[in-house]
Amino acid sequence: MKAYLERLGRSAEDFINTTGRMGIMLFQAVMYAFIPPVKFKNIFKQMEFVGVQSLFVVVLTGSFTGMVLALQSYNALKRFGAESLVGPTVALSMARELGPVLTGLMVTGRAGSAMATELGTMRVTEQIDALFTMAVNPVKHLVVPRVLAGVLMFPILAVITNFVGVVGGYMVGVKLLGINSGVYIGRTVDFVQVDDIMTGLIKSVVFGLITTLVACYHGFYASGGAEGVGKAATSSVVLASVMILVSDYLMSSFMI
Amino acid sequence: MIKIINLRKSFGDKKVLDGVDLEIEKGKITVIIGRSGEGKSVLIKHIIGLLKPDSGQILLDDQDITAMSERDFHEVLKRFGMLFQGAALFDSMTVSENVGFALKEHTDMNDEDILKVVSEKLRRVGLVNVENMMPSDLSGGMKKRVGLARAIVMDPEIVLFDEPTTGLDPIMSDSVADLVLETQRALKTTYILITHDIPFSYKIADKIAMLHEGRIIEQGTVEELKASVNPIIRQFLEGRAQGPIRVY
Repeated sequence: MKAYLERLGRSAEDFINTTGRMGIMLFQAVMYAFIPPVKFKNIFKQMEFVGVQSLFVVVLTGSFTGMVLALQSYNALKRFGAESLVGPTVALSMARELGPVLTGLMVTGRAGSAMATELGTMRVTEQIDALFTMAVNPVKHLVVPRVLAGVLMFPILAVITNFVGVVGGYMVGVKLLGINSGVYIGRTVDFVQVDDIMTGLIKSVVFGLITTLVACYHGFYASGGAEGVGKAATSSVVLASVMILVSDYLMSSFMI
Repeated sequence: MIKIINLRKSFGDKKVLDGVDLEIEKGKITVIIGRSGEGKSVLIKHIIGLLKPDSGQILLDDQDITAMSERDFHEVLKRFGMLFQGAALFDSMTVSENVGFALKEHTDMNDEDILKVVSEKLRRVGLVNVENMMPSDLSGGMKKRVGLARAIVMDPEIVLFDEPTTGLDPIMSDSVADLVLETQRALKTTYILITHDIPFSYKIADKIAMLHEGRIIEQGTVEELKASVNPIIRQFLEGRAQGPIRVY
């Protein structure tokens, strides 16, 4: 019983420590983002890494998700004679939920783990300490460009995911299942509002922040050599994914 | 001059520094020796602000750097250079980008002028035509040299060395010792080194201090230390497993 309580206490302490340090890192990142000089080269490099290099994976995920959504929703809606609603079902699902969430999870797996590994390696090989000793603030130099890249690129990736998802749904719905093209597009335009797209975009900004901040945090505080770096990468992906799903529910409940 | 007064640091229940007192003279080479795990790296990390002490002071020109604001300490850091144990070169940058990093961050120099300074510093540490190489292409000894070039690129007043000969063969260690002496004589910089390499320490030190169980137990010139009758010093300098220092 004592051992159990000790474990529980340690877990609670770890949770408070992690939350506090992550909060401080976020505060510092926001503060240093507005203190000149702004390192545009670093920011663009990270935007390319987070955004451009994730294109293939989000296009693949988005298109197949749109296609399977069309297939499943057609199968269900056909029972009520409502096949014409396949288009809006796909578009609304993609815009409000699946576009941002899938983008968040896929980019967390690809870019988040790589960020945590890179910063973790820099930590255990004393490169972050070297930055500090050269009077360069490591948070400003390493964390700010990554967090900014996440916040800026996740919405763009989500829009691309939405678009290819809708196109994928159209291909399956119209070309494969025989829904009238005009009906498909017309119904989609009728039902999908700008607010639906904005909801998804707001979510993806939050997911971008979560993914990059969690990855930077785990990398920044990695310890214990190669094993520690591996743990940092794994922990960052697990924590960011869970936080994306939980925050998605919370945001949806406020914005629905 | 740097004056360390009653510096204490614990990690959990483990006391690492237990009242370190040490004076480091300006323009001299001070070597801090001690067994692995005795807190030499912890001490050097306090001097450069990577760690904060539990108590005690580090005075740099009579100003306590442990009590400075982040902004003030940022300016103090520009007076320091540091060579890390594994050189800590940025592996995403070329050699010239590594060496010129601080110049790019802290000066208005253009790329051409930075490259000139970088090449001059690399020549000073005995390297030519390596500017465009990546750190992964360098040998251990070359990495240390590039690390030293990076540490002295801003002409700092004080340079710290964390185990500069670890992982190097004896010949390369001796060549690093020559390099330390040459650069120190040329620049008249204050060098602070931590090491457990005794021949290396004898060759370069103006002053040696031994850290044992969290305190400086003896300090003096090479000759003074060699003449010490303290059995702990004797055992360490002679590299014997038998003696008052227990081997775990």
